[in-house]
Amino acid sequence: MSLRRFVAIRVASTIPILFGVSVFTFALVHLTPGDPIDQLVALNPQISAAEEAAIRARYGLDGPVWQQYLTWMSNLLRGDFGTVIAVDQPVGPYIMARLPETVALGLFGWAIALLIAIPTGIYAAVNKDTLGDDLSRVFALSGISLPNFWLGLMLILVFALWLDLWPVLAPDKPLLSPAMLWYLILPGVTIGTASSATLMRVMRSSMAEELNKEYVTAARAKGLPERTVVLKHVLRNSLISVTTIAAFLTAGIFAGAVVVEQVFAWPGLGRAFVQAIIGREVDLIMAITLFTGVTIILANLLADIVYAVLDPRIRYD
Amino acid sequence: MSSERGRIRITGFDADAVERREPLSDWTENRAGETEGRWERGWREFRQNRSAMLGLYVVAAMALLAVFARPITVAGVTVQPFALAPYRPDAILYVQGLDVSAYEAPSLAHPFGTDGSARDVFSRVLYGGRFSLSIGFIVVFVTAAIGLVYGAVAGYYGGWVDEVMMRVLDLIFAFPGLLLALIIVAVLGKGYWELVLAFTAIGWAGYARLIRGEILKVKENEYVTAAKALGARDRRVIFRHVVPNAVAPLIVQASLSIGTVVIGVAALGFLGLGLPPGSAEWGTMLDQTRETIVQGPGGTIPWWVTVFPGGAIFLFVMSMNLIGDGINDALDAQEGEDVARGGEV
Repeated sequence: MSLRRFVAIRVASTIPILFGVSVFTFALVHLTPGDPIDQLVALNPQISAAEEAAIRARYGLDGPVWQQYLTWMSNLLRGDFGTVIAVDQPVGPYIMARLPETVALGLFGWAIALLIAIPTGIYAAVNKDTLGDDLSRVFALSGISLPNFWLGLMLILVFALWLDLWPVLAPDKPLLSPAMLWYLILPGVTIGTASSATLMRVMRSSMAEELNKEYVTAARAKGLPERTVVLKHVLRNSLISVTTIAAFLTAGIFAGAVVVEQVFAWPGLGRAFVQAIIGREVDLIMAITLFTGVTIILANLLADIVYAVLDPRIRYD
Repeated sequence: MSSERGRIRITGFDADAVERREPLSDWTENRAGETEGRWERGWREFRQNRSAMLGLYVVAAMALLAVFARPITVAGVTVQPFALAPYRPDAILYVQGLDVSAYEAPSLAHPFGTDGSARDVFSRVLYGGRFSLSIGFIVVFVTAAIGLVYGAVAGYYGGWVDEVMMRVLDLIFAFPGLLLALIIVAVLGKGYWELVLAFTAIGWAGYARLIRGEILKVKENEYVTAAKALGARDRRVIFRHVVPNAVAPLIVQASLSIGTVVIGVAALGFLGLGLPPGSAEWGTMLDQTRETIVQGPGGTIPWWVTVFPGGAIFLFVMSMNLIGDGINDALDAQEGEDVARGGEV
């Protein structure tokens, strides 16, 4: 099977999954009574029952659940994601305004994870069973065991409050300004730590495995300097498994964003999701859930493709 | 003579001699010896693993501290009278006539200080272990059981059964775990069993996939074919012959994911969607202190309300991961290391 055909089939097979996700989430959110209108009415007791019904009808919240679902679906297919009722704003622009913030946070987290993981992983593999390797193991274990929200709070406590190196709250500047990028380091470290720990261990074990192979002995016997052997021959082969794991970790980065954005009051999608849950903004919950679902599925697909490109021995059939 | 025809004659074999020699050799007629030996050997190796044993001691100590933190009464009868925590976790101390104010720094009377409502943080941290630890263990037990049955059925039957069951798993995997848990808690409301249900709903899928993979490997073995040929029913083949040989990775995975569940529960608590506000759950305690940290109460920063509850989560999860690593090494279940360690969801 050619790669193109494999990708086509995989993309097609995600459609039923996404459909299932949408039905499942929609049913779940509608299982309980209570919607944004109830909260609106509770805040404004002068609204009459007739007015309440009219508002409900305007947002399509009357009628049985299946009918609401069909309306939602047909709107979705026409590119209409619905409305954020509390602010009376369409979901599409609402998400697009927050997406860059989350993407920036995620990319920063990624960059920090890779910057820590790859060199430490190489070091640990080359110096296997030495003190440095043990220390890297302790680091990895702590990194995975640290709750990210606590890590974020501790970083604020130490670096923002005690050492005064960072502002406590994000400065109100455009995303790509130097002040903002400087501020991003703390949430970036917070979100990247767990991933860097996982990546580092994968890097170490895959590199250690490669180092035992015969081509390494051959390269050394040829008289190549150890540096060339490790950084040119071994590193390339060990990066294959790291790339795949890295793509799989995307889901973790997004789940991390939900919590970390709350810690740092970062105006991204994760924080919007928590607010949507608390305010029962059905359309917003649906849109963000589907969006992350698509992202995760695409990331996994990307992992498979990258794997096939990096390792010509892999064939999909 | 003719009656001897067709009989197999064994010469040079004296059954009595074997009987007599038996006590001298190591060989005993214990048929269960092999399977038993595997777990016993695992335990022996685990005990020699110092970091894993350290983790075990810490977890045991934390569990005991949580149980003996405050007395436990069941239906009016006190079944556990000890109280290691000096105060009730929800006691506002100045209301009780004590000379204590909010945000008092750690002292001999209050080793972890007091929080924003003048409650004793030490008592709350000890008591809070009850929520996190019990939810962690219950969820992992239930999810592992569900995943075991689900994965075993899917992997054993294969074909369209497997196909349908795996598509359901794809559905669960399309959610980042925490998002689904958040939605479920939003639907069910805050509370202990609501959290258990939410984390069960997202947790079982991983075990199901793991067990299915193991079953696919194991069921190719001749002894499975033999059991089927002897007329064993499917249920017996699955749970008597296939599952016991696929269960080691499940145990490793379970021990590693207790940490994941505990962090997840605390994360929901931190987002204000775990237990009711004011509960002495570790994550919920951190939620109440976030505002103080960010805005600053003026004067000294009350670091103790952040450091101690979070430190308790970290200590517990770290110890569970040490235990999980130890079990992994002892059972030699996974060749590759560290890919699926418990941690962030």
